[in-house]
This record gives sequence, C-alpha cells and structure tokens, in this order.
Amino acid sequence: MNLAYYPGCSGLGTSREYERSTRAACAALGVKLTDIPDWSCCGSTPAHALEHALSGALSARNLVGAARAGCDTVATPCPSCLSNLKTARHRMADTAFRARVGRLLDQPADELAALPDVQSVLETLVTRVGLDAIRARVRQPLAGLRVAPYYGCIMTRPADVMRFDDPENPTSMDDLLTALGAEVVPFPYKVECCGASYGVTRRDIVARLSGRLLGAARDAGAHAVVVACPLCQMNLDLRQSQVEWPGGKAVDMPVFYFTQLLGRALGVPDAELGLEQLCVDPAIAFRRAAQVVAARQAEEAAQAAKAAAQAAKAAQAKQAAAANEGGRA
Amino acid sequence: MDVTNLESVRDEDFIHAVMEESGQDLTHCYQCGNCTAGCPCGFAYDIQVSQIMRNLQAGRKDKILNSRSIWLCLSCSSCTTRCPNNIDVARVMDVLRHIARREGRVAEKGVTTFWDAFLASVRKHGRVYELGVVANYVARTGRVWTDIDLLPRIAPKGKLSPMPHGIRGRDEIARIFQRYEEERTR
Ligand code: SF4
Ligand code: SF4
Ligand code: SF4
Ligand code: SF4
Repeated sequence: MNLAYYPGCSGLGTSREYERSTRAACAALGVKLTDIPDWSCCGSTPAHALEHALSGALSARNLVGAARAGCDTVATPCPSCLSNLKTARHRMADTAFRARVGRLLDQPADELAALPDVQSVLETLVTRVGLDAIRARVRQPLAGLRVAPYYGCIMTRPADVMRFDDPENPTSMDDLLTALGAEVVPFPYKVECCGASYGVTRRDIVARLSGRLLGAARDAGAHAVVVACPLCQMNLDLRQSQVEWPGGKAVDMPVFYFTQLLGRALGVPDAELGLEQLCVDPAIAFRRAAQVVAARQAEEAAQAAKAAAQAAKAAQAKQAAAANEGGRA
Repeated sequence: MDVTNLESVRDEDFIHAVMEESGQDLTHCYQCGNCTAGCPCGFAYDIQVSQIMRNLQAGRKDKILNSRSIWLCLSCSSCTTRCPNNIDVARVMDVLRHIARREGRVAEKGVTTFWDAFLASVRKHGRVYELGVVANYVARTGRVWTDIDLLPRIAPKGKLSPMPHGIRGRDEIARIFQRYEEERTR
C-alpha cells in the first residue's frame, strides 16, 4: 500500500517544526512518505466558504496527483487540509458534483471517480505502525510530563466524513502520548474550536476561545498542550501573549506538536524536531516534568527509608523480645 | 413590539435554494437549541445559529443574509455533530455564505477581505504565501496591522519565508479560478 504525503502550505512557513518533526518521526518509525508531485493548496476555509466546487477542484487536483503517482492513500499532518481533501473525496460520490468539479480542472473528470483514501498522519501512525510497535521503540520516555491533548475541532468532525476516532471525545492522541510515557490530564476541551484564522480579522474571538483552552489546561495541571494542527498551534503558542486567561492568571504554557514529543521519545535529536521554533519555551515543560520525577524519586526514597527504619525497629523489638525471653528462661 | 408578518417576508425561492445547495431538509429542525448551546462563537453572533435555522424555515432572507453571524461562524461542525435531527448545520452556514457572496452582501467585510487575499495568493502561486496574504489584507483594509506585537515573537524563529513557494502547475491553478469565474458570470 503506497502512501502519498501532502504537507500543506503552512508546513513551508509557520508550521515548519510540524513538518520537520513529522518527517523525522516517520523516518524513525520506517514510514515512507512520498510527496505528491507539485502539490498545490487545498484552498482551506476561504475556498469552501466561497463555493464547494471550487474547493473540491483545488483539493481534487492533489488527489489525482497522488493516484497518478501510484498511491492509494494520502496522509497529511494538517487537519484543515485533511478536512478539505476528505470532504472533496466524499462529495465526489455525487455525479453532478463530480461533473461540476471536472469542468474546473485540466484533469479529465473520469479520474475523479476513484480517488485515493485520505488520512491524518496521526491515523497513519496509530493504525499502520500501531501503539505496541511505537511503545517498543521508545528510547527516552516522557516521564513526569503532564499533557493536555488538544485535537482541534475538525480532525474528527463531521463524523460521517472524517470517520476517525470518536467525534467528540477522541482518544488516539491520548493513547499515543501514554505509550510514550507521558501522563494525560483530563481535558474537556479536546475538540472545542480555538478560533481558527480569525486572529487576523477578529482577534477578540481567538483571544477568548484560545484563552479558554489554555486556562483549562492550566487548571488541569498540564505542563504543556499537545496539538495536531498548525493553526491551533499558532493560536495557542504565538498568540498566547494575546489571549484572555480565565481568572486573569497567565502562565507560560508550552504547546507542542505531537510529532515533536513522539520524535523526542523515540530518541530523535532535538535539532531535527524544531523545538527551538516554538514560541513559549518548551524547556519549561521538561523542567516541570523533571521536577515531578525528582519529587517522585524523593518520595520513593523517603518511603523506602521509612520502610527500612520500620523494619529495623521491628527487628530491634524482636531482638529485645528474644533477649527478654532468654533472660526469663 | 417587533411584529413581523411572516407571509410578507417569506421568500420561498430562498428556502429552496438553501435546501437544494446544502442538501439539508430545513423542516427537520424542531428548535431544540443544541446547535446554539455548543456554538463556540455564539458570544459574537447577532443571531444565534438555532435562530438562523428558524428564520430559514420562515424564509426571512434579508435578516439572515445581512447577519454578522454567517461570517463569524468558525466552521467547527459542533452544531452538525450535536443536531439530534442529523442536519449538517455547518454546511447550511457555508451555503448561506455562498448565497450572500453571490448577492454581494457581506456584514463582516474584514473576514471576506482576508479570505479573498488568501485565495488571490493561491491563484498566483499555487500555494499560500503567508506573509503575502497578511500584507495584502492590511493593504486592502487600509488598517494598521494589529498583530505588530507578534513580530518579535515570531521573527527570530526563521519560519516566515521572505519569498513565495511557487509551483510548476501555477497556471493550472489559475485556470481553475478562471473557469470558476466564467461559470459564475455566465
Ligand atoms: S489547509 Fe492550510 S495548510 Fe493545508 S493546504 Fe490548505 S491552506 Fe495550505
Ligand atoms: S485551528 Fe481551530 S478551527 Fe482549525 S482545527 Fe484547530 S481548532 Fe479547529
Ligand atoms: S440542533 Fe438541529 S434541531 Fe436543534 S435547533 Fe439546531 S438545527 Fe434545529
Ligand atoms: S460551525 Fe459555525 S455555527 Fe456551527 S457551531 Fe461551529 S461556529 Fe457555530
């Protein structure tokens, strides 16, 4: 089964570290990614908000490219690309829609009838590689790291198109992070929207919605939020300086791409994961994780010392008792 | 009191256009309000999404197409996911934007200006050039760039390309837009 790869435009810009860490983690796990030749933008929300056939054509050109390259599945890291590519393929079942899209494209319309399947890189990793195989390859477990997994609003919804995980309470990223040794905190806003690209036009909307997400992560005791979407990442990380923190209490909350933590756990050097390209310093999260581990070790040592002291005391008492017995005898 | 004669404003053609283009049966909505309860952007709406559904049933075209809500909708599909009658509400919102754009009615101009700048970039290069989109948006709205505070945060990260990444098939993409425009004006 040949896997085509659709990087998406933001991978060339604001989500470079997602792109780098995705490639590095896939390479470490032996997942071969074949870029769709000369891929083009899917048009994202601006296209589907204008017209569905236009959006369908911009997406379909890439799916046709993947099919011509001999691939039966396309993987993409970006949920927005994923949503557009999947929706286009889904709608192509309607012959009238297919004909309309065909009229907009250079490519012959009959190539639109059987387009490759589309999945997120997250789905590729948890289904093709599998959690057991990933767990077996962990070199540096994410011990002590408390994470809030944030899936974004469109990776699983609408359910009949996306067909992956639970639409309202997805768990695939939770399971992956747990397999890497991290501790997943209860996070009720897994699929609540962050405000999308309205940061540019209506900053108040992103400030409020992303602030709510970050506040929930803070209150759950997370050391970091983990995302799978370039736009979510930008809103939570770059725009963290603009958000309205619930209760007014701002903290520094690092926001990782899940592929960065995956790569780190697999032993990929930090330099290949683009950790230095995050805005909020990721070292904050690792330091806090190290504190948890240290506190746990200190606690364990104290417990062991206490147990040893108790054992010694018990032994002493036994000895004394034996001596007493002996004295009486 | 705001009294409206429903018959006088009921636009049957509009109701049919929305049903046809979205593939959704609007009569299935029984006004439970689930969509509104889960809508993350309701705080910024002038008409809540369940009220849009009700107004759609009543054919109140002007009220809906002149609303801000249809432009502020984040396309998050929460409404679609939670509708007990399986109405793809987010798709209905998308179709309302399509109709409003065709009629040149946009209550939140900033939003469509940004989208247009985005699509202009795709049309020109085949892929989105982020800095170009923002520059174009700022130029078109004539506003000062409100995100200037983010520059020192992002500039040192080496992520913003100084140049667009054009693709070989640029002309192919331009032709998609051209044919789309020709179809629209026909
Ligand atoms: S969703 Fe965004 S990143 Fe993905 S291709 Fe479309 S525009 Fe580019
Ligand atoms: S960026 Fe926001 S709108 Fe886009 S998927 Fe992420 S949560 Fe949804
Ligand atoms: S959730 Fe569905 S039925 Fe309920 S008000 Fe919204 S559209 Fe109508
Ligand atoms: S898709 Fe739009 S209307 Fe529906 S819940 Fe999301 S923001 Fe609200």
